[in-house]
Amino acid sequence: MTLNALTLLQQFLILLAGLSLFVSFILIAQPRLVAAIHSFAWQGVLVSALTLTAAMTNQAPPLYFSAGLTLVLKGLFIPWLLHRLALRLGLEGHSETLRWPELVLLAGVFLVIFSYWLVEPMVERELIFTRNIIAVSLAVVLLGFLMMVFRTQAVAQVLGFMSMENGLFLAAVSATTGMPMVVELGVAFDVLVAAVLFGVFFFQIRESIDSLDVDRLNRLAETPDVEPMLSEEIGE
Amino acid sequence: MSLLSWYVACIQALLILGLAPLLIGWVRRVRAFLQNRRGAPVFQPYLDLYKLMLKETRVGHTASPLFRAAPYAIFVSTWLAAATVPLIALDLPTAWIADIIALVGLLALGRFFLALAGMDVGTAFGGMGASREMLVSALAEPAMLMAIFTLAMTAHSTNLVSVMESHLADGFILRPSYLFAFFALILVALAECGRIPIDNPTTHLELTMIHEAMLLEYTGHHLALMELAAWIKLLLYGVLLANVFLPWGVGQGLDPLTLGRGLGILILKLAILGVALAVGETVLAKMRLFRVPLFLNLAFLLALLGLLSHVILEVGS
Repeated sequence: MTLNALTLLQQFLILLAGLSLFVSFILIAQPRLVAAIHSFAWQGVLVSALTLTAAMTNQAPPLYFSAGLTLVLKGLFIPWLLHRLALRLGLEGHSETLRWPELVLLAGVFLVIFSYWLVEPMVERELIFTRNIIAVSLAVVLLGFLMMVFRTQAVAQVLGFMSMENGLFLAAVSATTGMPMVVELGVAFDVLVAAVLFGVFFFQIRESIDSLDVDRLNRLAETPDVEPMLSEEIGE
Repeated sequence: MSLLSWYVACIQALLILGLAPLLIGWVRRVRAFLQNRRGAPVFQPYLDLYKLMLKETRVGHTASPLFRAAPYAIFVSTWLAAATVPLIALDLPTAWIADIIALVGLLALGRFFLALAGMDVGTAFGGMGASREMLVSALAEPAMLMAIFTLAMTAHSTNLVSVMESHLADGFILRPSYLFAFFALILVALAECGRIPIDNPTTHLELTMIHEAMLLEYTGHHLALMELAAWIKLLLYGVLLANVFLPWGVGQGLDPLTLGRGLGILILKLAILGVALAVGETVLAKMRLFRVPLFLNLAFLLALLGLLSHVILEVGS
């Protein structure tokens, strides 16, 4: 099945999937925190628009509700919450120095290829036309993982986590006609609670290590200048 | 391949010479308007060329014959590259001679001579400009080829005419891969034509120059040829973006009416692209040189995503 066989609305759905994959890459490579939060909001809007289009093409009314929920939660509310947190933590001009950004982007491309390879046997079974998107949604999940591994700033890691959830939602919409409503509501509120809890954690982390760079959590010593390994060796 | 199609090909090649100064004049005019200046008239580039042609051509005493030959080589290779792109008619003999990879090769040939000419006289600025140009082009070329492969994979051909014909036959299809390739090619075009985020074409500060630094030693009709070649390159990328991604309006026959309509639609598309370019150049500031690799890395990523999304999203089992 190629694109010619699809209606314009279905082509639009595939286009939106491609764009949300691109926003995942932007999220990884964006060193400015506020801009990254905005890109995350755009990803939420894209996923919501995709769900809306899927609802229209598949004639699945429950998806209208999911689309609205996604737009309100992931397009507006959580980005607003994170943005407010970033302002209160004084991070509005914060720009993280990324280590080897080009290599990480290439790793991201390999993750996309890997997820395509993984999903291909599933795609070959006859499913609805959105099956091609499953590879993209898996890639969004993996890219979220990559972002959590690669970023050292706590807020950026939370963005990676949230975009991972976007990928899972995308998979649910594309592989089936959405999750059951109970599950969906549960996940949505879990994410909401997570966002609030993360906010509390940010303040806790900053209070204890004076920074949101989570790499510094590895150090056990009270004084940040002395490496714990080093002091142990001196002690012996 | 009738004789008529060769005539049309010749007319089209001359049309490129005629349109290139007009496009640059239009971009400058819109930019001046956006910056609240009155600006020179749209036809000013023609007058500039005329003025340069009349002026005496002087060559530095350290210059080798290569310095004199380079403007002709650059001009001819760029013009030839532009002649292979379908401008107003689709089925032309020149387009079947060269495919897209040959087009990239012709542009690379011109760039090779440009860099040599920049280094030839031995001034510091010329060498600096040449090395920067090579840095930019070495990073831009993979992105451009990757974007082109995306087109070629969709059409199963690297020939521009086949790509456009298959696109026309398919009708309007929203392809994510085309969208990514389009934006990748825009970024590459900005870098290759020396437009604002990468290079400032109107700068007078030698330390920030890339393209202009290599032209510093040229005068008279040599300079006119160099300038015209740069303008043709801008037109070439404009036509590539306008005609390959939105091929509607390009004449599929060779009768005067179709060709006239093709020309009208082409000028309209280029005018819109020119406005977009002028807006972009007004909004953006020039980048530091060491941010250029990041910019072109984005272009490469876009092109690569275009290729991947073609494989993942558009090819069904």
